[in-house]
Amino acid sequence: MGRRATPEVNAGSMADIAFLLLIFFLVTTTIEKDKGIARQLPPKQDEQPPVDIKEKNIFVVTVNKEDQILADNELMDIQDIRQAAISFLDNGGDGSCNYCKGEKDPTSSDNPEKAIITVKSDRETSYKTYIQVQNELVAAYNFLRNRESERLFGFEFTKVKSAIATGDFKGNEERAQAKLKEIQALFPMKLSEAEAKKSQ
Amino acid sequence: MSKFNKKKGGELPAVNTASLPDIVFMLLFFFMVVTVLRKDNMLVQQKLPKADQVEKLKKDRSVFIYAGKPSSRYKEKFGTEGKIQIGDKYTDINSLEFALSEARTKLIPELQGKVVVGLKVDEQTNVGLLQDVKEKLRDLNMVKIIYITAPGNDVQQ
Repeated sequence: MGRRATPEVNAGSMADIAFLLLIFFLVTTTIEKDKGIARQLPPKQDEQPPVDIKEKNIFVVTVNKEDQILADNELMDIQDIRQAAISFLDNGGDGSCNYCKGEKDPTSSDNPEKAIITVKSDRETSYKTYIQVQNELVAAYNFLRNRESERLFGFEFTKVKSAIATGDFKGNEERAQAKLKEIQALFPMKLSEAEAKKSQ
Repeated sequence: MSKFNKKKGGELPAVNTASLPDIVFMLLFFFMVVTVLRKDNMLVQQKLPKADQVEKLKKDRSVFIYAGKPSSRYKEKFGTEGKIQIGDKYTDINSLEFALSEARTKLIPELQGKVVVGLKVDEQTNVGLLQDVKEKLRDLNMVKIIYITAPGNDVQQ
């Protein structure tokens, strides 16, 4: 019985094949990174109970169909919205808010508990501007919450919140959650969305 | 003498490439694992607006609604008005309810009560279309929404 040696498989092209596959997956890969601004819509109610809110406690941001922004009856650039919202929320007009550092202007909001921000938009407003406005308003809340949590607990509110969400938080998570709740109560996010107007 | 001659005539030693396939395979497996093949075929334009005050989306409990102008290859057929897409097809605002409950049944039952609706809306869309969608969502009692955005911020501080 003559034993033939098995011919060796030429593996030289293995690398080429692997490269080909590699390039295919490189091209098709989209590492998903869905992030966004979370909102809760108001639940559907048949009859809205009339709520008495003083006009000075509402900060109205109106965006028209030309994407111009009117905040608190002033034509404003998008860059100035954040600061305007911060000084509105931080005003503390009735003096009951001992952590507010605002101007205590009696014609602006009483305290952060009562302060409401409303965004009104036209049906023809572009979504880009709409999101920019929303983003700036959330930024205003985050700025104030960061300031307070820095003062009370020595950490940044947004950093700890995102660390807990991604599971990277080191330390006692429950206690941190309670602290976050406390901060949220200091500046409750009261952002209401009015229905879009029909443009003429 | 011959000792020295030998060295002079010596060729450059070839680089050993035997481990190259292994390296490439390693990379290949990495990309195979992280790849998520796109589930939905995009029928609408998707250039998301930018925002930086964002939260992460929990994938397992989300349903997506896409909105925007039809993409360039569908433009002739469907025009340039903003349209809504759920799953793989265009959806009319009135059949949104059906399409959404269908999408919801694909989630695991424990999480169906906690659905978050991810709104992927093109930045050139009118807010009116969004408003119609939100109104429908309120009817359906799916009140948790998230406006999916791209990272970054155009606004200069």
